[in-house]
Amino acid sequence: MWTAYSAQILLGTWVTVKLTVVALIAGSVLAMILAAGKLSTRKIIVVICSGFTAMIRSVPELLVLFAVYFGGEVVLVKLVGHYVNLDYFVSGTLALSLIFAAYFSETLRGAYLAIPKGNITAAHAFGFSAWQRFMHVLFPAMWRYALPSFGNLCLVLLKDTSIVSLIGLHDLARAAYIAGSATEKPFTFYALAGVIYLMLTHVIMMVNRQINHKLRISKC
Amino acid sequence: MLTILHFLPQMLQGVLLTMMVLICALALGLMLSFLFTFCLERQVNRYLSYLIHIYLFIFRGTPTLVQIFIIYYGAGQISLIRYSFLWQAFKQPFFCAVLALGLNTAAYTTALFTGAIRAIPRGEIQAGIALGFNNVALYQKIIIPRLFSIILPAYSNEVVMVLKSTSLVSAITLPELTGVTQTIIGQTYMTSGL
Repeated sequence: MWTAYSAQILLGTWVTVKLTVVALIAGSVLAMILAAGKLSTRKIIVVICSGFTAMIRSVPELLVLFAVYFGGEVVLVKLVGHYVNLDYFVSGTLALSLIFAAYFSETLRGAYLAIPKGNITAAHAFGFSAWQRFMHVLFPAMWRYALPSFGNLCLVLLKDTSIVSLIGLHDLARAAYIAGSATEKPFTFYALAGVIYLMLTHVIMMVNRQINHKLRISKC
Repeated sequence: MLTILHFLPQMLQGVLLTMMVLICALALGLMLSFLFTFCLERQVNRYLSYLIHIYLFIFRGTPTLVQIFIIYYGAGQISLIRYSFLWQAFKQPFFCAVLALGLNTAAYTTALFTGAIRAIPRGEIQAGIALGFNNVALYQKIIIPRLFSIILPAYSNEVVMVLKSTSLVSAITLPELTGVTQTIIGQTYMTSGL
């Protein structure tokens, strides 16, 4: 029983990890763009970015995923003109990155606002370009404020990846579902999946604690 | 547009079910978290505290969906549940959904409560003891009112989280809002409007 399904479970774990990492990277990039948009001086950009964030944050994660997967297909068909099959992995990653970006952009915005205004003024006074300002003044200060919340969001993201099993992507939760229904031992396999999720969250928590610890030392 | 109007009553029923699951899960979660916090704070029993910590670790470290599945699909495998009166409850998706979400929110709320109790200024509790309050009065007049004022912002977040995770129970065939919407989409192939 174990040998027959352990490969499947491992494969599922790999998909879960892959989803988390890809969504984390894509989501972080998107979050930076969104945060920049929300801090922009142009009213219309602020309204669009804040509206997007508010919408994603107030809708259940599952619904975002369904909207991207089922809705995205409809939109694509209208755009291209013939039937297109949206890949599970692509739509799953897209939905998860959108969710992650919406939450993380709020954190980044808060982190930006927490930077003493004098630092930015000083950078201006030194004649830093926008890029230099970001790289040497804003970013080093921002990620310290954002890090604790980033760690929490990583955990939430990892746990949210389980919903992609509902659109048929073969992740850990789905592997457990299939193995459980095939062997009629659902409890065993869900418990196994639960243990694997626990180990993954534990790894993230430990890394997070290490980084936070390092940060505290370098701050002094 | 017409289709939406046509299916509106069904969707409203879904909303009703969503609200029912939400309220039951929150009530269960709140009661359990009170109990757990009390056990942890008063150190009723060392092994009980260990058990609660393990429970907190498990329920905060695994996805809600897996918890729902393990309770709904997994319970049948345990013969103690399968062949006793408990099965009457565990075979109903509503009960399983409420149990899973309730246990899930109880874990997060217990963490909030234990944090909040530590945030109550010690002086206030000591003042209560100095005034000769007994334990009941201490909880009733000082600890619980303070607890709620500290916890309220974080707890409202938790309520929103539970509301959003109720959408997951559509996966165990409970026809709440998301489940109803899925069925309607299956019938009409209209995705965006719904």
